[in-house]
Amino acid sequence: MSQWEDIDKIADQVNSGKVTAQSLVEKSLETIEKNSKYDAIISVIKDRAIKRAKEIDLKIASGEKLGRLAGVPFIAKDNMLTFGSDTTAASNILKGFKAPYQATVIEKLESAGAICVAKANLDAFAHGSSTENSDFMVTKNPHNKKLVPGGSSGGSAAAVILDMAPFALGSDTGGSIRLPAAFCGAVGLKPTYGSVSRSGVIAMASSTDVVGPITKNVKDASTVFQVIAGQDPLDSTTIKLDSYKFNSKDYQLKGKTVGVIKELNNSSFSKVVQTKFDETVDALKTQGVNVVEVSFPLLEYSLACYYIICPAEVSSNLSRYDGIKFGFSDSKAVTLDELYNQTRSLGFGKEAKRRIMLGTYVLSSGYYDAYYNQAQRLRTKLIEEYDLAFEKCDFLLTPTSPDVAFAIGQNTDDNMKMYLSDALTVGASLVGIPAISIPATVGNELPIGIQIMAKQKNDHQLLCFSKAIEDKI
Amino acid sequence: MVEFTIDDVFKLAKLSNISVSEMEAKSLVNEIKVILEYVSQLQKLDLAKTAPTYQVTGLFDVMRTDEEFDYKISAADLFKNVPETQDNYIKVRRVL
Repeated sequence: MSQWEDIDKIADQVNSGKVTAQSLVEKSLETIEKNSKYDAIISVIKDRAIKRAKEIDLKIASGEKLGRLAGVPFIAKDNMLTFGSDTTAASNILKGFKAPYQATVIEKLESAGAICVAKANLDAFAHGSSTENSDFMVTKNPHNKKLVPGGSSGGSAAAVILDMAPFALGSDTGGSIRLPAAFCGAVGLKPTYGSVSRSGVIAMASSTDVVGPITKNVKDASTVFQVIAGQDPLDSTTIKLDSYKFNSKDYQLKGKTVGVIKELNNSSFSKVVQTKFDETVDALKTQGVNVVEVSFPLLEYSLACYYIICPAEVSSNLSRYDGIKFGFSDSKAVTLDELYNQTRSLGFGKEAKRRIMLGTYVLSSGYYDAYYNQAQRLRTKLIEEYDLAFEKCDFLLTPTSPDVAFAIGQNTDDNMKMYLSDALTVGASLVGIPAISIPATVGNELPIGIQIMAKQKNDHQLLCFSKAIEDKI
Repeated sequence: MVEFTIDDVFKLAKLSNISVSEMEAKSLVNEIKVILEYVSQLQKLDLAKTAPTYQVTGLFDVMRTDEEFDYKISAADLFKNVPETQDNYIKVRRVL
């Protein structure tokens, strides 16, 4: 049982003066302290959080009403710029970095009354699927400390399941919200590409990076998403979602059509994942959902497509870390070239270096067309496949990951094996559609995530349908 | 088979402005080769007639109005992160 009520309810209690924001922040900080051995948190924003809580309590005592997240503590992935603590992206090259401004998502949450209490661990620069690539520490899975929490938003997902705060923010480039949500047993939403601002979020692969919530339940994910979504003059890639009128039909399972992917079969998943997925599909059928088979002949290529585009964009985005304007700088360098070179060599971890070099390779003049452009052409085909599938169904259903959480250290020497954890999540990233992972396991079993995907910009419909599944199955 | 040698590693390192030791290069050559072999499977697809997709939301030339915009960021705050400064300038090492 969680110590936190639903987010809406917490905010109501704060707004009505029944609970103080300060007591919520203190509860959150205590829980963070108590669970420090899981290494989910890089830094705590104690002074600023308590100060903000006191201000909120004063305003409420004087009769003012605050936003729909009044007094709600939250934890942000440490690749989002915040005041009150360093922002490091879990990388040595940004150790000690003091954000000169806050990410738009943080500003929006604060305007709604929420309070950022801590920064969560991640794979450095969000490169990874297990949080083992953090330059600082490895986050442990809350269900078993020998297992990874998934990644790259592993600290955020673990923090939510360890009950440190009612919600956390993650970022998802190829599965980095959905995979840790699945491995830890949380709900993780990757919204439509462009629906949430990335101003102040440290860039990884700009054509797929999205910010989204990690929560205990779908309703909370929806509440947070409604606050953070929207166009932002500071991020010209943002789009406007049509204003949405929720109606009770959205929450019905009966009459909806769900597509399952023909090309995924018994050999695609571990037995436990397959069993749980089949059970979910059967339960949906019992509830009156039409289940149809849809074909994705190019699905097997999507991971290769992602692991060309992602390092290409990474190599470009990480070129700004040069030791001149911010971040780590090698003081022993004599010439400017030495400074660039030594700063990057000492400041970047192994995975960042690997991705920079891979990206440099696929973008180099001799290989550009064979790798990078070929991947972008395939992306067009993948979009066509998804469009065709959504003519036959309202939502697509897959497991979030081929298997449950793996042991710490198990895949660190085998990059390809690590990359395969993203096989089922990269598709939605490449085509920019919304996707959510909801937990399908109860009791003492290791969590298994079910991924539901919807048409581009159908985030609200996706959340309503996921809520119906959560309630009835 | 993808041809990828230790010389390629050093060349990529140079292009990326990263130095790698002989030992690092030896492990990187295999790691990168395995990934390149995996991703090169795309080359067997005939996509010559397909246009590439570089972004998925169809936005085109997003302009803001040509007015002063208050970013609420002070130069002093930006300078706090600069490793070396002198007289309100960013100090860099000599070029040669």
